[in-house]
Amino acid sequence: MLNTLLPILLFAALGLAVLGALRRVAMWRRGRASKVDLIGGLFAMPKRYMVDLHHVVARDKYIANTHVATAGGAVASAVLAILVHGFGLHNRFLGYALLLMTAVMFVGAIFVYLRRRNPPARLSKGPWMRLPKSLLAFSASFFLVSLPVAGILPENFGGWILAVILGIGVLWGVSELFFGMTWGGPMKHAFAGALHLAWHRRAERFGGGRSTGLKPLDLNDPSAPLGVEKPKDFTWNQLLGFDACVQCGKCEAACPAFAAGQPLNPKKLIQDMVVGLAGGTDAKFAGSPYPGKAIGEHAGNPHQPIVNGLVDAETLWSCTTCRACVEECPMMIEHVDAIVDMRRHLTLEKGATPNKGAEVLENLIATDNPGGFAPGGRMNWAADLNLNLLSEKKSTDVLFWVGDGAFDMRNQRTLRAFVKVLKAAKVDFAVLGLEERDSGDVARRLGDEATFQLLAKRNIQTLAKYSFNRIVTCDPHSFHVLKNEYGAFDGNYLVQHHSTYMAEIIDAGALNLGQHKGSSVTYHDPCYLGRYNGEYEAPREVLRALGIEVKEMQRSGFRSRCCGGGGGAPITDIPGKQRIPDMRMEDIRETGAELVAVGCPQCTAMLEGVVEPRPLIKDIAELVADALLEDAAPSKPGTPAQREPAEAH
Amino acid sequence: MSTKIISLVSIGAHPTSGRPRRAEQDARAVELGLQLAGDNLQVLHAGDVAEPALRAYLGMGLEQLHVLEQPQGADALPALTAYLRDAGAQVVLTGSQAETGEGSGMLPFLLAESLGWPLVVGLAQVESIDGSTALVLQALPRGQRRRLKVRLPFLATVDNAAPKPRQSAYGPARRGVLQADEVEVIDDELLAVATLQPAKPRPKRLKVIKAKSGADRMKAATAKASGGGGQVLKGVTAQAGAEAILKLLIEEGVVR
Repeated sequence: MLNTLLPILLFAALGLAVLGALRRVAMWRRGRASKVDLIGGLFAMPKRYMVDLHHVVARDKYIANTHVATAGGAVASAVLAILVHGFGLHNRFLGYALLLMTAVMFVGAIFVYLRRRNPPARLSKGPWMRLPKSLLAFSASFFLVSLPVAGILPENFGGWILAVILGIGVLWGVSELFFGMTWGGPMKHAFAGALHLAWHRRAERFGGGRSTGLKPLDLNDPSAPLGVEKPKDFTWNQLLGFDACVQCGKCEAACPAFAAGQPLNPKKLIQDMVVGLAGGTDAKFAGSPYPGKAIGEHAGNPHQPIVNGLVDAETLWSCTTCRACVEECPMMIEHVDAIVDMRRHLTLEKGATPNKGAEVLENLIATDNPGGFAPGGRMNWAADLNLNLLSEKKSTDVLFWVGDGAFDMRNQRTLRAFVKVLKAAKVDFAVLGLEERDSGDVARRLGDEATFQLLAKRNIQTLAKYSFNRIVTCDPHSFHVLKNEYGAFDGNYLVQHHSTYMAEIIDAGALNLGQHKGSSVTYHDPCYLGRYNGEYEAPREVLRALGIEVKEMQRSGFRSRCCGGGGGAPITDIPGKQRIPDMRMEDIRETGAELVAVGCPQCTAMLEGVVEPRPLIKDIAELVADALLEDAAPSKPGTPAQREPAEAH
Repeated sequence: MSTKIISLVSIGAHPTSGRPRRAEQDARAVELGLQLAGDNLQVLHAGDVAEPALRAYLGMGLEQLHVLEQPQGADALPALTAYLRDAGAQVVLTGSQAETGEGSGMLPFLLAESLGWPLVVGLAQVESIDGSTALVLQALPRGQRRRLKVRLPFLATVDNAAPKPRQSAYGPARRGVLQADEVEVIDDELLAVATLQPAKPRPKRLKVIKAKSGADRMKAATAKASGGGGQVLKGVTAQAGAEAILKLLIEEGVVR
């Protein structure tokens, strides 16, 4: 009896799965066009899955092994089951293979079940709690119905009763795995995920690459939408990417805004986008809500504006663009792209950048710096340093990109320290001086692509006038924008963060360095240096050269927690339960370090904003400058230095 | 019946960089106009239609902006007077003083005079408009407000007491239409013969805190500026006058 029932069940489920897949594809196709290598992507997909995706999943060994067993077993079982039970190839060898694969899957499913017994808060519940049981039902039923094929049990063993039970088990299993996969069940992640990997918007991310620069808007085409208003304004492969989410909540656990109680949860945001692309309400979402916002009050569909229907504006403005969610996402979903896309609409079309946003953007347009300072004061910090101006020198080895920190008194100390280091190393360097403008970082993260492109194009124009070998900057935000985002406007340069450059000149022996004195030190990785650009080692190398043994924080390296200063978050200033820099300072305090080395003016400002008593905050450049040894040559021991008394008038 | 409202705008200059921008007070006049009339607000500028800073006003959500085309140095007054008289406007809003050009703050007064309309200076809020009169709040120093009943049509200037202007967005700024109207150009003869010189901030009197207690300081901070401490010297000799001045300077610590 099962021999007639099984093929019907299998092929019915497969047929429904194909229908569901077509329906899902139609939903994605509502999105805008995107240039993707369709065929090449499909061929690259298995490798992307086995290598790149597994690399992320393998950070959690338990679930990595579980997933290999469950998913590998499931795929192999499904294929074999279709051959054996669907097409009736009752081959003994195939029977044994099917038994083995269902057994592997069963073991994997048990571990899934164990993880689900007492699930951490980041995991979604609801249908996801059913999944391990469905997996168990599928693997167990197919194991049992395959025993006769392998010749272990006689045909028709157990009679009608067992046949009915197994039939139900198979029905449950194939419903979840075949039909549920394309009709929006938890297994949707496998179907959408595979295609998402194939047609990812940032294919450069695979194979160990990195792609973190935001994609430019085409402002020359007046009919192109300025950002994303409705779900259908996303590109189709972004919509596909949202559908790939497994709701593992790794992003939620890493999100600084979520931890601070601001109304953002990256996982919920992606699920809301899924609601938007399919239509409906968020009532069925079974994970943590946006802090302070109840579930079930928001709804949307592909043709309805997202903001203040599906998602509140504060949710989008809470993001610090720290990329912790993207770094953690095993499905390689691009949360930050989506958030900035929606911010672009709010800023460029609605003029709704919250709090100080409008003022900062106006300042950037009128004064080329976010603070609205007189542009003529950009070089006041270096009034006594006799810096070479590129406008006079025309060519140099190192172009020192000062950044807007030039207007900030705290950051001026860092800049002066770095100049001291450059001079001690006798580096041939120059600055742009008054010709420099804001890099456009903050404007772009606030969604003002127009102002970003204005600033970027003017900076590129200025840079094109001079010749230099590399740009070095103390600001990771400028660093990232110059390095990764100016390329789209034909500004291609060798850009280095000052820590990388200092590591190089220390390595070359250009600096006469002493040792760092006293206090124990920890290091805070800036998001825009670390996660955005993969530079974790150079700053640590510099610190080691000073004789510092870094007391690492638990959240360091690619898991470093944001200081709260990125993405214009201090400007839009969405209230939460606590402040992000306070949480980060708690991480720093846990190491027992008395000093925290930083490499970013934003991080410096955010961390120094934490009330004392707290560890000292010093930029790496300041630490190096402090440890510089004066050249011993001119002053001989024995002859006390002749000092002219300073005269004060 | 909807009231026809026109906001007058000029080209501003950023206080630190001097770059052209939407003028702060004029933007407030547009904001107030938008709050009162919404899409029916008409915005008017007399000057160069090609000035990019005008788009910053369009970015506040205006579909179009009328420009009475004039070269620099032309007198805006006759053109505006003629236009407003024909346009049938009932409320005309404008900033108190331009940020560029002559910036004398006289335009609203001259305009009201030549139109024969009442002028409200320092408008903070329009409470209601019915038929032939409007109830408005006028801003006075120290946050005080005076309620005025004005007959229509009237002209009003806004200053920093009026609502903050909304953000100017790129999309509407790019889409909005700058509609140029040709008008007769009349040279501003006064401006042609006048010489302009950069303004210097007036020196500020140093504040000497004499208060002993918190209450005194509070009083000093909140009390109205009051004269009365001075002394009028009339018909005294030059010697006596000089002595009185010297005495004051010593008291104030200017001369020791």
